Amino acid sequence: MDAKESKNACEVCGSEDAVVHLTQIENDQMSTSHLCQACAAAKGVESSEESVNLPLTGFLAQLGDEPSTQQTSESFGSCSFCGLMFNDFRKAGRLGCPHCYTTFEGYLRGLLRRVHGSTQHVGKVYLPPDPAASDLEKQLEVLRHKLQRAVDSEDFERAAEIRDKIRTMEPAGS
Amino acid sequence: MTKLPALPDYGLDWLDASGDHSDVVLSTRVRLARNLQGHAFGPRARVNDREAVLDQMKRAAEKVGLLSGSTLLELLQLDHRGRRILLERRLASRELLGDVKTGPARATGVLLASDDPLSVMINEEDHLRIQGLVSGLRLKKAWNLADRLDEELGQELPFAYHHEFGYLTSCPTNVGSGLRASALVHLPGLVLTKEIGKVLQGLGQVGLTYRGLYGEGSEVVGNFFQVSNQTTLGKSEEDLIEHLDKIVRQVIQYESHARQVLLRDAPQVTEDKIWRAYGLLRYARSLSFEELMNLLSGIRLGVGLKLLPQLRVYTLNKLMIFTQTAHLEQAAGRDLPPSECDAHRAVYVRRVLATEGASVPDEDTDENGSSTDG
Repeated sequence: MDAKESKNACEVCGSEDAVVHLTQIENDQMSTSHLCQACAAAKGVESSEESVNLPLTGFLAQLGDEPSTQQTSESFGSCSFCGLMFNDFRKAGRLGCPHCYTTFEGYLRGLLRRVHGSTQHVGKVYLPPDPAASDLEKQLEVLRHKLQRAVDSEDFERAAEIRDKIRTMEPAGS
Repeated sequence: MTKLPALPDYGLDWLDASGDHSDVVLSTRVRLARNLQGHAFGPRARVNDREAVLDQMKRAAEKVGLLSGSTLLELLQLDHRGRRILLERRLASRELLGDVKTGPARATGVLLASDDPLSVMINEEDHLRIQGLVSGLRLKKAWNLADRLDEELGQELPFAYHHEFGYLTSCPTNVGSGLRASALVHLPGLVLTKEIGKVLQGLGQVGLTYRGLYGEGSEVVGNFFQVSNQTTLGKSEEDLIEHLDKIVRQVIQYESHARQVLLRDAPQVTEDKIWRAYGLLRYARSLSFEELMNLLSGIRLGVGLKLLPQLRVYTLNKLMIFTQTAHLEQAAGRDLPPSECDAHRAVYVRRVLATEGASVPDEDTDENGSSTDG
C-alpha cells in the first residue's frame, strides 16, 4: 500500500480516502486513478506492501509452491469485515479480524494443520458473558476436568478456587 | 508528556529469585493472546478499533478483582524514556513501541496489576496480551495467574473465539489457546562444553523453540535462552505447560551435568574465567551492555558453582535490569550518549558490588593484613 496519505477522495465511491494510486498506460496515454482500498480491490488491483520482518512470511512463501494454493488467491478474495486481501495475508502472515477466519477458512485449515499438527482447539472453552444454559453445562464440564487435574497435581489451592467457582455456577439442587 | 510514575517495581517481582532453580531459570512467563469481537486487529486495526478496545479494557479493568488498583499507561502519554523502561522490563514489546521514528500508535498501552505479577499489553499484534511473569521455574503459577485474569476479563469482554479454531489471533501461529509459555534459562555450562547445539536442536524435535533474551528477533546474549512452546493449537493449556516444564527440567539437568564436567575437567580455567569476570565488573570504568551481559554470565555461573560466596542471585538480577540504557538515563535524569552510558553502567555495577558483592578469599589480603577488596 502506498504510504502517502492522500486527502483526495476515491474517484469511484467518493466516500473513502484514496490510498491506491494506479498509473495505467493505454494507447500511449498515461492516466492515474486515485482509489480507496476497497474499490481498488474490486478493480483487481494488487497492492504491494513493504516487506516486514514477520515470522510466518517465510513459511507461507514455502507453501506457495503447492499447487493447491494457486487457485486460492483467486477464490478467496477479501474479508468483508476488515477488507484484508488474501494476498496481503500471504505476504504478511497476519489476519485482520475474527471474520477472516471464516473468509479464509479452507486455506487456514490446511495451514493450521501444517503449523500446529491440528485444527481443533482442545483447551479452555470460552463462553461470552451471559451464556445459555447448555453452554453453561459445557463450561462446567471443562471446570470439573480442570479440578481433577489440579487435584492430581496436588495444587490444592487452585483446586479449591475451581471448586468454589463450580459451586457458584451449578444450577440449584445439583 | 508524562514520565513513568516513580513506582520502582513494575514488572520486577521476579528479581527476588524466590522461584525454583532461580540461578539457572531467571524467570517464567505465560502469555495469552486475546482479541475482542467486532473489531479489526493486527494490520487491519484502525484508530477507532484500537480506541474502542482500549475503552472497553478500561471499563473492564474497573470490574475485575485482579485489576483493582491497577495502573494503565498509555504509550503516547509517556515520554520516550518511560516507554523504553517498559521495554527493558519486558512489559512492552518492540512491536508495541512501534517504529523508532513514528513512535507508538494511538490507543496502545500497558495495564499493570498492583498485587500480582500480571500485566496486559493493549493493541499490539492482538488486542490484548495477558502476561504473568514470575521468578524461577514456576510455570504452573504463571499459568494460574494468567488464566485467572483471562477468566475474569472474559466475563466482562466479548473475546473472539471459534468453536474449532479456539481463541482467534492475528497470527495463525498463536491461534487456539493463544498461549506462549517460556522460561528464561542460563546455560553457560552447555555453551562452554559445546553441548548447547545438540540441546537446542533437541528442543525443536519436541515441539519447543528458543530465542534470545529480548524475545522475537533478538540475538542470544549472555548465554540466556528463552525456551517456549511452539504450537498453540490442538493441545490443552495444561498439557502445553506440563510439557514445557518437563523439558526445561531436563535441560536444567543437562546444564548441571555440564557444569560438573567443567569443574572436573577444567577447574582452574573455569575458576579463572569466573574471577576475571568478577574483577572486571568490580573495577572496570566503562562497560557496554553486551560486555556486561557476558561478564554477568560468568559470575552467575560462579554463583551456581558456589565459587563466589555471599553473592546473591537477587544482586545478579538487579545488575541485569538497572544497567539497561533507559534505566541508567532515568537514574541520571538525562539522556546519555553511549560512552557516558557505558561509564554510568560501570559506576552502578561497582557501587552494587561494593556493598553486595562476593566476599573475597583470605589469600587476597595484602601484606599489611587488610583486605584488598574495596
